[in-house]
Amino acid sequence: MSTAQRAATFLVRSILPPILVGLLIGLGTGSAQARLTIEVTGGVEAAQPIAIVPFGVSEGLIPKEDVAAVIAADLARTGKFRPMPTRDMLAMPTTQEEVDFRDWSLLGMNNLVLGQVEQEGTGYRVSFKLFDVFRSSEIASDSLSTTASGLRLTAHRIADMIYEKLTGQPGVAATRIAYITANGRGEGQTVALRVSDADGYNPQTIVSSGDPLMSPAWSPDGQRLAYVSFENRRPAIYVQDLASGRRDLVASHPGINGAPAFSPDGQRLAMTLSKDGNPNIYVLDLQTRELKQLTDHFGIDTEPSWSPDGSTIVFTSDRGGSPQIYSMPPGGGPATRVSFEGDYNARASYSPDGKSLTMVTRVNGQFRIAVHDLARGYTRLLSNGGLDESPSFSPNGAMVIYATLHNGRGILAAAGVEGGGSQRLSQDSGEVREPAWSPMLK
Amino acid sequence: MIPSHPRFPTPLSAGRPAPAASLAAPTVLLALLGLLALAGCSTAPESEAPQPQIDARPLSQDTAPRSVEVRPTYRGPWEDPSNPLYNRIVYFDYDSSAIKPEYIGVMRNHAAYLGANSGTRVTLDGNTDERGTREYNLALGDQRADAVRKFMVAEGARPDQIATLSYGEERPTNPGHNESAWSQNRRVVIQY
Repeated sequence: MSTAQRAATFLVRSILPPILVGLLIGLGTGSAQARLTIEVTGGVEAAQPIAIVPFGVSEGLIPKEDVAAVIAADLARTGKFRPMPTRDMLAMPTTQEEVDFRDWSLLGMNNLVLGQVEQEGTGYRVSFKLFDVFRSSEIASDSLSTTASGLRLTAHRIADMIYEKLTGQPGVAATRIAYITANGRGEGQTVALRVSDADGYNPQTIVSSGDPLMSPAWSPDGQRLAYVSFENRRPAIYVQDLASGRRDLVASHPGINGAPAFSPDGQRLAMTLSKDGNPNIYVLDLQTRELKQLTDHFGIDTEPSWSPDGSTIVFTSDRGGSPQIYSMPPGGGPATRVSFEGDYNARASYSPDGKSLTMVTRVNGQFRIAVHDLARGYTRLLSNGGLDESPSFSPNGAMVIYATLHNGRGILAAAGVEGGGSQRLSQDSGEVREPAWSPMLK
Repeated sequence: MIPSHPRFPTPLSAGRPAPAASLAAPTVLLALLGLLALAGCSTAPESEAPQPQIDARPLSQDTAPRSVEVRPTYRGPWEDPSNPLYNRIVYFDYDSSAIKPEYIGVMRNHAAYLGANSGTRVTLDGNTDERGTREYNLALGDQRADAVRKFMVAEGARPDQIATLSYGEERPTNPGHNESAWSQNRRVVIQY
């Protein structure tokens, strides 16, 4: 045994309590980049037929992504489109001159997308045209320059342009998802906070630990994540800059430090602290570090969420005997009960237009995801599991992603708010939970 | 030009020496050095984020825990199965932090022991079952631990002998998704 090995063995035996061994395992396996795979489980019935023809490539060029396939998968995931399988296409035109609109019309296509990928420097130029088949006319086109590694994101951008042209709503293919993964249990557990593209590709580990990580929350500019980590054997709130990896410990008071939520201007962080006895809601100014207490009640007040215009904070409170959603002004003050259906409503968050809330609700003992229309006071169920939780709106408000159990294992699921588009997002092994959909990204 | 979404730097491993990080940082640094030595690697870890990737494969998930020899040492009567203090768990009803009468004896025993041993300290770990939302459960675990703390202080323990910590639903003792598992997970553990 070398001196170094002996020294290492000594260190492991004499210094490391079991908790630190758990942490070290985190170092070894935390960067394993298992990808979320997405399975569309419903929503194609009412979807619009569209043909996305494989893009032409200049001779000798072998792009590392199939741009048309990425666009087709993006559009299929929205639940609003049914892209035609490539094998059913009778022709594969790459320019408008080669298109026979009658053929595409007979195949039942409403829309047709053609495009080309050409070399440009060390990157590519990607052009596309979107056609209305019935009118035999072009309705959108663009040409985008990209680095070689940006080709997939370029395809997502094109998918979003097509989606917006045809639905009038911005697309979210070029956004990202933060989520927590867990492998193993107890002291041997590895928990990681990850961020991937909205289609599950390019997963990256933001932080990994042998102790619990919870409650990822995006800053409004999509550049930072707040989260709860137990790495010091107590829950504490960190804010981490994604580009640099730099992070700040922003709350580590006695008791719980949880439920971080950025204000719409990104300057303040609402959170739950129990330093004064009970879990109450506070707002921390991230610049001045000034902390203001918003609620003061003997029960549980937690899970604050800001309205998009910053005028209201909704939160969960059991002050009425069971957990329900309440709202209050962002500076604190009298709270108004928002949820009235059912005996358990929690973790509400606003839709991007501020007109509805998604929340966890208990129906006949089953925990499900609901969307509550604030103006009409109307609540609709979006999921049908038994332990569904952590709902998060997509930044265009069209979908909600949430955590659910599938065959006893924690996975993510998404569903269209207007129905349809349901899908499952899972990893080959381990649990996935607490999804948080990013804002629109520049 | 469209670049890809920015690649983030190598992930932080929580507890690694990072700015604003941890009380445990010096120990972790030592542990990292030990790891590096085991991995046959001579590079010293840098203390600034972003961190280089550290190859820790020789300490695999299978072998690492076994390499730690835990020598049993008698730390107190709570480790003796024939002693009433051995019973250190208080269970709760669903979505409740109300103390149930059958656990008053458990808490009294520990409060009396703390009252008689002023140098002894405990942490009360509050836990919940998986039903309901994670942050609500973190708060509920906190309230359960606080309810046990208040009772033990009233029964003779000093406030500074008792710390509380909520894990919410993050540390189930039974990972099942049924009432039997849930009832085991709704607990406060008195940790010496």
